[in-house]
Amino acid sequence: MIGIIDYGMGNLFSVSKALERLDVPYTLSASPDELEQCEGLILPGVGAFPDAMKALEEAGMKEYVLRKVDEGTPLLGICLGMQLLFEESEENMLTKGLNLLPGRIVRFTGKNEAGTRFKIPHMGWNHLDQRHPEASLLNDIEDGYVYFVHSYYVDTPDPSVILASASYETDVPAVVGRGNVYGTQFHPEKSGSTGMTILKNFCDLLAVRGGKE
Amino acid sequence: MLTKRIIPCLDVKDGRVVKGIQFVQIRDAGDPVELATIYDEQGADELVFLDISATHEGRKTMIEVVREVAATLAIPFTVGGGIGSLEDMRAILRAGADKVSLNSAAVRNPELVTEGANFFGSQCIVVAIDARYDEELGSWRVYTHGGRKGTEWEVLEWAKKVEASGAGELLLTSMDQDGEKTGFDLELLKAVQEVVQIPVIASGGAGNAQHFVDVFQDAKADAALAASIFHYKETSVENVKDILKQNGVHVR
Repeated sequence: MIGIIDYGMGNLFSVSKALERLDVPYTLSASPDELEQCEGLILPGVGAFPDAMKALEEAGMKEYVLRKVDEGTPLLGICLGMQLLFEESEENMLTKGLNLLPGRIVRFTGKNEAGTRFKIPHMGWNHLDQRHPEASLLNDIEDGYVYFVHSYYVDTPDPSVILASASYETDVPAVVGRGNVYGTQFHPEKSGSTGMTILKNFCDLLAVRGGKE
Repeated sequence: MLTKRIIPCLDVKDGRVVKGIQFVQIRDAGDPVELATIYDEQGADELVFLDISATHEGRKTMIEVVREVAATLAIPFTVGGGIGSLEDMRAILRAGADKVSLNSAAVRNPELVTEGANFFGSQCIVVAIDARYDEELGSWRVYTHGGRKGTEWEVLEWAKKVEASGAGELLLTSMDQDGEKTGFDLELLKAVQEVVQIPVIASGGAGNAQHFVDVFQDAKADAALAASIFHYKETSVENVKDILKQNGVHVR
């Protein structure tokens, strides 16, 4: 069972429908108690970073998520949900995140080093450049495009957490992960068959883990 | 590298797709979900549904359509037409649409763009601009109400205004070119992109695959929308993308 964390910030409907298409059972809830039995968690998210952290804290979700991750439960953050996994964000005001992965969320500048203009938000289908194709989340992804829409991205001092990136004004971390913590900057639930494969790979992690227990 | 997007547009009235749709493989030419699925399979990058229902019941039906499309497809889609309040936006987005498109309501109440962006995020607020060249003005003028009503706004000023208000994207339709099938309005697109930084979807005038090459290579649009050439099978999304690839335009 996958738990989809409902903290009032996200297109939960699309994520839950994607899981239905994969035939994966899920619980969508705003209550840590109701999610307690889930073997994996998805943290979706659309909106602004400070509002999202505040909503997570008020719902008692911050402690819950940190405890579950500590216990080894696989976690997948999507879009803003991925950004929340990092140390802090510059969006609107400097705000602390969940601090599960190293890095800061910063805004696109609208230009690359050569001075070429780039639009903000980074919106549309971009190629997934795999840096760690051996990562389980990237199983069976050969040459894929995925759908992005965001104005902030992760700047991390530790490139080993970047499993795949996309080329824009800079190399944008697209799939991140370390241990049982994963995130995608793009929306896998809106990224056609490539996105569905990535979601399936995440769900398969639970099966593997469940099998060992 | 970010790819250029091809976006078929479907007009929906009372929950059914209207205007001629000619596909041999479909059972029901009016079913929005079935048509959306076909465009998805052809490689459409996004879809736009324009609700042209005139009644309250018709609009309620649209919510059901949105729900079904979101349950079936794994590509983003936008819903526009008759959205006039935060409540309307919430209903459409909750039902699973990724973006809402505001047109007349944004002109009537520009605050709505800001409120929508604050509530739901800029990424889901598209402002649709219907533009027609005005000799007297020496520029393009903004029209509303499906192009029937001229406004005080000059297009470039309006584009800047809505970007500053929090719009995440512009859907720019040339009324001069719309239905002409002689190509997109490249001058209009270039002029607007000079003054805004958000992505711009080109609309109005697509008649063949070469027009898409022009709009991406010459006018540097981020996406291009078309209705009838896809519905009447004058070309397909697949074919347009093949020709774009042959011309060195990056597509998915």
